[in-house]
Amino acid sequence: MTPKPFVRMWSWLGAVSLIAAACAPAATPAPTSAPAATDAPAASEATAPTAAPASTEATTADATVLTMWYHGAGNDVERTILTQIIDDFNASQTQWRVERQDFPQESYNESVVAGALAGNLPDIIDVDGPIMPNWAWSGYMAPLQLKEGTLDNFLPGTIGTWDGQVYSVGLWDAAVAVFARKSVLEANGIRIPTIEEPWTFEEFDAALVTLQGTGEFEYALDLGTAWTGEWYPYAFSPLMQSFGGDIVDRSTYLTAEGKLNGPEAIAFGEWWQSLFERGLAPGTSQDGADREAGFIDGRYALQWNGNWAALAAIEKYGDDLVFLPAPDFGAGSTIGAASWQFGISAKSQNQEGANAFIQFALQDKYLAAFSDGIGLIPATASAAALTKNYAPGGPMEVFFQLSQAQALIRPPTPAYLSAALVFEKALADIANGADVTTTLDAATDEINADIESNNGYGFK
Amino acid sequence: MTALDTSARTQANHTHDQSGQSARFWESLAGWLMASPAITLLLLFMIVPFIMAFGLAFTNQRLISPNPTEFVGLRNFERLLTVRPLVLQPVVDPATGVAVLDEDGQTTYPAVRTYTRNNPEYPQFDGLQEWTTWSWGDDKLVWLAGDAVFMKSLFNTLFFTVVVVPLQGSLGLLLALIINQRTAGVNIFRTIYFMPVVVSMVVVSILWRFIYDGQNGLLNNILGAVTLGNFQPVDWLGNPSTAMWAVIGMSIWQAVGFHMVIWLAGLQTIPGVLYEAAAVEGAGAWDQFVHVTWPGLRNTAVFILVTITMAAFGLFTQINVMTRGGPLDSTTTLVFQAVQKGFEKQDIAYGSAISVVFFALVLVVALIQRFVTREQGE
Repeated sequence: MTPKPFVRMWSWLGAVSLIAAACAPAATPAPTSAPAATDAPAASEATAPTAAPASTEATTADATVLTMWYHGAGNDVERTILTQIIDDFNASQTQWRVERQDFPQESYNESVVAGALAGNLPDIIDVDGPIMPNWAWSGYMAPLQLKEGTLDNFLPGTIGTWDGQVYSVGLWDAAVAVFARKSVLEANGIRIPTIEEPWTFEEFDAALVTLQGTGEFEYALDLGTAWTGEWYPYAFSPLMQSFGGDIVDRSTYLTAEGKLNGPEAIAFGEWWQSLFERGLAPGTSQDGADREAGFIDGRYALQWNGNWAALAAIEKYGDDLVFLPAPDFGAGSTIGAASWQFGISAKSQNQEGANAFIQFALQDKYLAAFSDGIGLIPATASAAALTKNYAPGGPMEVFFQLSQAQALIRPPTPAYLSAALVFEKALADIANGADVTTTLDAATDEINADIESNNGYGFK
Repeated sequence: MTALDTSARTQANHTHDQSGQSARFWESLAGWLMASPAITLLLLFMIVPFIMAFGLAFTNQRLISPNPTEFVGLRNFERLLTVRPLVLQPVVDPATGVAVLDEDGQTTYPAVRTYTRNNPEYPQFDGLQEWTTWSWGDDKLVWLAGDAVFMKSLFNTLFFTVVVVPLQGSLGLLLALIINQRTAGVNIFRTIYFMPVVVSMVVVSILWRFIYDGQNGLLNNILGAVTLGNFQPVDWLGNPSTAMWAVIGMSIWQAVGFHMVIWLAGLQTIPGVLYEAAAVEGAGAWDQFVHVTWPGLRNTAVFILVTITMAAFGLFTQINVMTRGGPLDSTTTLVFQAVQKGFEKQDIAYGSAISVVFFALVLVVALIQRFVTREQGE
């Protein structure tokens, strides 16, 4: 479901051996929104409950079948955990029986769109957080009917709301942070920021210049430009938001004018471009293998990366590794939020059962199982306490705090689907030297034209 | 000739075979029946979508949307095809009449966005995008387009075709001439040259992305080794001035084997006696090529010209995998844009409009080629 770790290619032979493995994911190496379950180390340590595939047959034959689509084909750990949840649910009552079908992540969204066009959606679907409003608006999804108070303690990013109603809920979230080494920062006299007192714009920029100036690193900051796709809006639009810009104007959701091409966004664009002009960060042609290994090899001083990559870095640097909050560029520190979530298809005849299943899945033990299995941030504090990594004092506890303190979901509008692609292209073009104002103007126009031709996506 | 043959046979049927009419009916029915699976599939997956695309191009249809489809006339085509020139004069200090210079001593020009955004004095430029800029003495001539990326795609596609068709065609012929020999081991070379053709383009694209890697790619390493380290690594796919050439290089590498085989087949239809006769007449290798080989390859050449042109216009997979149209739109193409707009951004009407323009372009080029390569006296 996510890029298989690229092996650095030293030779032709190396590449040839990669073909088979890299074929599908390399085309779009970027994981989706929250490039969720990634790393092998996490997976191998999984303490996930073992599957009991046979137990579904044990349930009564006259139970109503609930079909479910899931995006995680090929990910054993996820499958094991989800199978366990389904088996537990099927065994817990006799009215419903959930049957799951897996899809590869690369083609999952297309499959759902095609299924919807054909009127052929399952009862339960999973949906990428920022895409949900589009599907809800398009009429594929029905609002959830969960018990009162179910979501009270959930991280805000795990709750998918559209038009005032909850349509999807996630068992986990993801968060990004600046990966850094304490020893490197201290050696260069750079202050170690905290959530309460993050780096300011000037501090952060000066730190990058200092680190680049040491000559010890190829680049001061690895932004992950190799991960094309959803990574761009997920990881970089929060930086723009911290300047005061945004992908669309969240007060109306009818235009991007003044937000994506306003003075704050242009200031962000100029700084973004200067990162590459000054050689502080690898450009858009960064190799996926460098993204995977650059920080761990010590070739990049800092890395803007997600919690799913944390375990590999901890393994390498141990206590020296720190996860730092996003800098405050003027309008507060912000990181992205919302990963894959569960929802119900509008056409489902068995919405009651589908809701019962989602309600059942939202138990702390399952949240914790996913977290332990694939390194994700559990959706509740009580589940976090059950996990290895996010429990108080755990090595990744800080990500839970970051999610709580800084998370801002991507604009919850159906326009996001297209706007995300426009945003990605604009940032790549600016990184490659395009005129900042012209590029942001063009992006604004394109997003506005899209909103216009959809009659405001229901916001008018 | 063929026409004569048929009519002769028809007459024969009438005179000698009384039941000819009915037999021919059954024969043709069987023919249609056998062709019907293919015809059905073609209708379903080629003709119907094509007609639909033509219709959709005049609407605001979305891939998925609860909104009803509306007829919008030529709006999509207007946005695609609008191109307007805008002449920018240097900014002049109104008090002194002297041109205002920037920090680097360069003439400054008013920003294009002051004309194209919310300026009621220039309604004709409203919402247009900067496509390309030429210097015009002291002035700047800015070409504004309704969709600058589409214009770039159009020109990239044409550029790719204009470069690839002659290069790939001649390289294929060269390879075919080299391996058209009956020496030991020639089959090994034939296999090697043909191998890239049978590998999926996606796989080839991924491999070449490694090869073109800006830091430690194979190409940079080889060039570095050959020049004893004097070669400065080039970020082949990351640089707007090299990216398209890099795509051209790998595209030719991948596809040339196929055309080599076609050339080879053409070469082997030329009777050996012609060469013997030419040799007897005292023709050298070059004369033999010009007067025997090339005329003998005429039909092959037409076929190859048409197939490479069509394939080149359809450039998509390499772009989608290797560059996604970047950097700075230097490798974006028409088909890539159609897919981007129609599917990824779900604006199927606009994607259809791009397809229709693409169809018109291919049609015109095909007709021109047909005209240029027509048989004498036809």
